[in-house]
Amino acid sequence: MSALSDSTLDHLRRIADWPDLSGTRYEIVDRLGAGGMGTVYLAYDRELEREVALKVTKAFDGDASADSRLLTEARILARLEHPGIIPVHDAGRLRDGRVFYAMKRVRGSRLDEYARRLESVAETLRLFERICDTIAFAHAHGIIHRDLKPENVMVGSFGEVLILDWGVARLRAGSAARSMQGAPPISLRPEVTADGVVLGTPGYMAPEQARGEHDQLDQRADVYALGALLRVLLTGEAPEAAQTEHRENGAASVASRSWNQPIARPLQAICRKALAPEPRDRYATVAELSTDVARFLSHSRVQAHAETALERAQRFASKHRTAIALVAAYLLMRVALLLFGRH
Amino acid sequence: MINDAARPRDAFPTTRHSLVIRSRSPDSTVRARALEALLAAYWKPVYKYLRVRWHASVDDAQDLTQSFFLPHSIQRLIDRYDPAQARFRTFLRTCLDRLVANELKAALRLKRGGDAQKVSFSLESAEEELQRHGTAQSLDMEAYFHREWVRSLFGVAVEAFRAEANAAGKAMQFAIFERYDLDAHGAHEKLTYADLAKAFGIPTSQVTNHLAFARREFRRVVLERLAELCGSEEEFREEARDLLGVDPR
Repeated sequence: MSALSDSTLDHLRRIADWPDLSGTRYEIVDRLGAGGMGTVYLAYDRELEREVALKVTKAFDGDASADSRLLTEARILARLEHPGIIPVHDAGRLRDGRVFYAMKRVRGSRLDEYARRLESVAETLRLFERICDTIAFAHAHGIIHRDLKPENVMVGSFGEVLILDWGVARLRAGSAARSMQGAPPISLRPEVTADGVVLGTPGYMAPEQARGEHDQLDQRADVYALGALLRVLLTGEAPEAAQTEHRENGAASVASRSWNQPIARPLQAICRKALAPEPRDRYATVAELSTDVARFLSHSRVQAHAETALERAQRFASKHRTAIALVAAYLLMRVALLLFGRH
Repeated sequence: MINDAARPRDAFPTTRHSLVIRSRSPDSTVRARALEALLAAYWKPVYKYLRVRWHASVDDAQDLTQSFFLPHSIQRLIDRYDPAQARFRTFLRTCLDRLVANELKAALRLKRGGDAQKVSFSLESAEEELQRHGTAQSLDMEAYFHREWVRSLFGVAVEAFRAEANAAGKAMQFAIFERYDLDAHGAHEKLTYADLAKAFGIPTSQVTNHLAFARREFRRVVLERLAELCGSEEEFREEARDLLGVDPR
């Protein structure tokens, strides 16, 4: 035969670790991406005649805990029925021994890319509220995500938010995951991820998570990541800067970093509170964080911010702009009438 | 050997059949076969490298390749090879550079036309590939040599897989693999599983099964050939990671 072309060589190298889908209803189409947990492939479901995404453990891994984590992720996704969480269709073990699950194929933009196209802070904050809603839903079911970052949030073509990659999610300490419709609890053991192994992303990871204190983690670890996410959304600053500071000076410096851009002080305060090094100093829940953001949007007093008299007056003026304008117009009219009346 | 049985997890071959190790065998037959296999895997990358890197003419490149792979020359090089120092592929390329730069340019002219021992290879196919795939202006020479080495390794693996599949009565599996993964790739019209099912008169689900089988077997053959070409387990595993993105533990 003639020599293999460059494109054929690339193709052969690419398919080397493709999973064995024999005996399944899926046909592999392409590789979409890979993470620490596994590789995601685009596949075609012959039975339902639609494209799906398949997440599969890595070839040659032979790591039982990776299998377990992927199945756990599938079970978490299957239980968390929420518009912000990708539905899982199927899960199992392939002929080559690898574990997989099939999920809806998502099309959209990465959070930070999408946010760059937004025209106002208000739009950005409303997007952030939708992320908080999804995470609060997971927390209500006892699940902590533990790896929130722009790469793991996708925004669909209709602005819908989807939280991806629940591979390092775990049960909240001391919690039994509530199930939907009376189904048995998720069989998720806290030790699924080996203690001492730091899973997460520097810059978004809470200090207690970075220290590997997995048994101490609760929803405030996600509050921290959401604070980092909000800061990135507001400033567009690359997370590498935060990572470096995190590594060199400890997490405290992330919370107290100076702001290079003109961000409203109440929003800075919200970020600072969410990014507090000590969990007890953060918002206790994602709902509290989201409520503070909503307060800012409605020109109400933000809990995290001790405002000055001037700020209070400005906020009052912003909140009651229409009423103030009407009163001012009325007063002007009265003055005009008085003046004309005298003449 | 092709085995149709399901395996729980792909097992990695080992380098116990490494050609480098076998070419140091006290058994002259084993040694000769190992050298022959090394020649099959390496002569094209070496020839093309000489043509591109050293701008050697067809005749000079042919003579230098001949000289490089003469049994006593290559045997001497292999005897000097230390897996702890470099990958075998890198070692060979360095030796080749040294050969061209320091020693044989002049000596070869003397040898040419003499009765020096010859190794056999098909020059036309290498020249045709050079014409077809260009001379890789954008690649540095190390990357170029690596690319041609991969092309040679995969080419050898395809032919070995074809022979094994035919012998094992799996010609259709190979033919589907050939159509979908070798021929159709890069074609304007993307071939679908349904197209293949129609062409081979089998259900679409069978195409999935045959392709999965063929890809698994092809990967096995590539890894076996790769293990043969490496001097140590560590080198093999590094090469496997670089080449196929697989991460053996």
